[in-house]
Amino acid sequence: MTDLTRLTAAGTAQAVAAGEASATEVARAHLDRIGEVDAAVHAFLHVDTAGALAAAAAVDADRAAGRPLGPLAGVPLALKDVLTMQGVPTTCGSRILEGWLPAYDATVTRRLREAGVVILGKTNMDEFAMGSSTEHSAYGPTHNPWDLARIPGGSGGGSAAAVAAYEAPLAIGTDTGGSIRQPAAVTGTVGVKPTYGGVSRYGLVALASSLDQAGPCARTVLDAALLHAVIAGHDPHDSTSIDAPVPPVVEAARAADVRGMRIGVVRELTGEGYQAGVQQRFDEAVGVLEELGAQVHEVSCPHFPYALAAYYLILPSECSSNLARFDGMRYGLRVGDDSERSVEEVMSLTRAAGFGDEVIRRVILGTYALSAGYYDAYYGSAQKVRTLITRDFQSAFEQVDVLVSPTAPTTAFRLGEKLDDPLAMYLNDIATIPANLAGTPGLSVPVGLAPEDGLPVGLQVMAPVMADDRLYRVGAALEAALLTRWGRPLLEEAPAL
Amino acid sequence: MSDPSGLIPYADAVAAFDPVLGLEVHVELGTETKMFCGCPTTFGAPPNTQTCPTCLGLPGALPVVNAVAVESVVRIGLALHCEIATWCRFARKNYFYPDMPKNYQVSQYDEPIATNGWLEVEVPTPDGPAVVRVEIERVHMEEDTGKTTHQGGVTGRIHGADYSLVDYNRAGIPLMEIVTKPIEGSGALAPEVARAYVAELRALMVALGVSDAHMHQGSLRCDVNVSLRSSPSAPLGTRSETKNVNSLRSVERAVRHEIRRQAALLTAGGRVVQETRHWHEDTELTTPGRSKEQAEDYRYFPEPDLVPIAPAREWVEELRARLPELPAARRRRLQAEWGASDLEMQSVANAGAFDVIEATVADGADPAAARKWWLGELARIANERDVEVGELPIFPADVARLAALTADGTLTDTLARQVVEGVLAGEGSPDEVVAARGLRVVSDESALLAAIDEALAANPDVAEKIRSGKVQAAGVVVGAVMKATRGQADAARVRDLLMQRLG
Repeated sequence: MTDLTRLTAAGTAQAVAAGEASATEVARAHLDRIGEVDAAVHAFLHVDTAGALAAAAAVDADRAAGRPLGPLAGVPLALKDVLTMQGVPTTCGSRILEGWLPAYDATVTRRLREAGVVILGKTNMDEFAMGSSTEHSAYGPTHNPWDLARIPGGSGGGSAAAVAAYEAPLAIGTDTGGSIRQPAAVTGTVGVKPTYGGVSRYGLVALASSLDQAGPCARTVLDAALLHAVIAGHDPHDSTSIDAPVPPVVEAARAADVRGMRIGVVRELTGEGYQAGVQQRFDEAVGVLEELGAQVHEVSCPHFPYALAAYYLILPSECSSNLARFDGMRYGLRVGDDSERSVEEVMSLTRAAGFGDEVIRRVILGTYALSAGYYDAYYGSAQKVRTLITRDFQSAFEQVDVLVSPTAPTTAFRLGEKLDDPLAMYLNDIATIPANLAGTPGLSVPVGLAPEDGLPVGLQVMAPVMADDRLYRVGAALEAALLTRWGRPLLEEAPAL
Repeated sequence: MSDPSGLIPYADAVAAFDPVLGLEVHVELGTETKMFCGCPTTFGAPPNTQTCPTCLGLPGALPVVNAVAVESVVRIGLALHCEIATWCRFARKNYFYPDMPKNYQVSQYDEPIATNGWLEVEVPTPDGPAVVRVEIERVHMEEDTGKTTHQGGVTGRIHGADYSLVDYNRAGIPLMEIVTKPIEGSGALAPEVARAYVAELRALMVALGVSDAHMHQGSLRCDVNVSLRSSPSAPLGTRSETKNVNSLRSVERAVRHEIRRQAALLTAGGRVVQETRHWHEDTELTTPGRSKEQAEDYRYFPEPDLVPIAPAREWVEELRARLPELPAARRRRLQAEWGASDLEMQSVANAGAFDVIEATVADGADPAAARKWWLGELARIANERDVEVGELPIFPADVARLAALTADGTLTDTLARQVVEGVLAGEGSPDEVVAARGLRVVSDESALLAAIDEALAANPDVAEKIRSGKVQAAGVVVGAVMKATRGQADAARVRDLLMQRLG
């Protein structure tokens, strides 16, 4: 019998629907795989064995009863620990939420359950999604399956690593400044940040409300599209959710055709600061797109160099307010409640003990940026830059259909390498942040290994708001052409765990 | 820590200083569900039974704006002659407190939904009512916080309490805040202006049907800002903000108290500290709360979880066209219909009796008679029972019937009061009480004359006194006749008959 963990999500769903494998067998195979490799990878913070098997059994029962199955019924999935799941621990990678059992499902979680997706557990992440390496998790880092001494990217390193290590064919990530796309790039997987408002944020524990967006992680572009279609769509519980039909992402992934498409290479996101091997693989991939019939142009987005600075004012500002609710009063950790100390002291002690350094750093930055007398200079100016970046996108999309760039400037760096240098860490998101500021969608697809270190490189595709289908069209075309060239999926180049 | 200032007489205070007011009124909107979630808003439910992930601020939960609340606030804005924003946003007001589930309050800051309005209020003066136009700075929406009660200790305050309990049923209840511009030029009438303004706002809320506006239940809460300056042309002085002012009477008294307190401070060469003060209903004093000298920085910024609100112009105009008759217009109409004087209208307003009198007139009573009953006997009884006249167990139709029975001579005023007593005691309608108690005027002249003769016989000197011009002596006979008929005679009629008898 084939190794069920090696199937794609599409293939797994087919096998379950055809009765070639039961959902329970698929779930057990993945739970076993987690048991074998997760001690080394540490992609999961919590494995919900009982819940997963119950969900799988329900799919099997539906099939036996002849009830219709959804397109991803019986497919296992790893859920980033920033989305709530009723009765299952949700920590956001933080001590401050240790022991909290959510009373409700996030809309994404609910849609997954309704689609018969089997949720295996919750994945590791930088605390409250703040970081690019998953080293800021309070529960220890996740290791990159390509090289366990390296980072899997972040903040959604757990989700990307779970997919790369065949612990799950699918995962959900969240992307505030690149937390789906950059981990995908450095683990040789596919990751998509949908249009802001395309996927409900209800139940997504907010880092920066105006930037956060949940999206799919997968090993193939089609799998990502199938997952995208399940989780996307208007949600009346999220005011910022867009009330419009979901773009035809699955059709686009199946079409995989770029003939006649105008593709713009963002001048400001290449060259200096980008690792030579990353740049090389990116340039080759652009050549492949041209060979496939796309018209490639260079496009300038003059305000992109200011994106990082604006981002690091807007994000901390929103996060300082979003994280205020973690005070030990209603749920999670409480420190110092000896019936002598005041409420303020208990709140203060709880937050000091419950938050890690990176969280505290950003809360302080944001508190400062929003303070009277500084607001206009910091938050106000950053919002103006954000508008200019949005206009850069708009004028670029008057010239081309999609934009492309390397997803991250480097391949996976070593664990600990940038931990003491926040600015160097922040720079890893330089190419992904503009899309979050503008609310535009972005996808990362593997385009090979950097010659100098043999580690995966990702190419980012960016499209206009609610034109997410274009990402999949380009991503799938490139994926297919490269697969032909390589003879087998890139992930199979990774050393065995 | 005790209040350092004495008080000086009010007349001296307003002779020496010009008071300037600012009023911030919070109104709980009477929507069925909360501001940003679907939880019910029923008052008095067991603690923490009307909550959900959103109003508990659970991680990941998001707000969605209550469209009915927005409509209510737009209608209030229109009734206050405000400009309605074409585009506005919510903002987060950040501060830590256990009854704030998110440690920020979703409110509006620099983009309120309604701005620049006015409300005319009538202030009673010895020379009749004066009309004062109070300028409105802004009207905005926000969510209420939870309610903290401190257990143990003596004062119910946080200091000295053993522990505190928080009820989040109130968290997320839609609130509207109405802020005035500085109210200048009221002089010695400042306390009455403050009271009249809050009373008028209450009447407006009730007329619009957007809130029950009960001050004692906290669905209308008032913060009173008072400052003094040496003259109307001087710059504004430092203000104090008095919270916890929960009745119309307290609004007036808190203003009066603050004027006296601040005047005493300034007269003694001291200065007013900008601070929050608490009004104490029992002692009628204010005491200092937290100082605003180190102003709290709420770090307002636009709420990213909500999209902006852009009320369509056609919709706003439709709401404007559908506004009900507002209290001021109604008062003008009723005054004309009733032919009442300014002073009489003021009495009606003070008694809160517009509704019942209007209904009584509608049921056929003469307006003067309706006013007489509701402002007289019924107001007296309501006062004794400490309820509003409208809360008495007697219908306007009953009062209309009483007025009719009195007008046609079936009942005297004295008898009618006994009928009221019966109706209030639950003995039935006025006619039923009249029948059951046998309360009819004795109009049989022969019976009355017999009683008069009996009384004259018992008081032989009286007839002589009356004949010699001492008419007041008739009282003895009239009194005796009334006694003999157990009050069921018309005293005037008895007097007439007596005079005829004595020629």
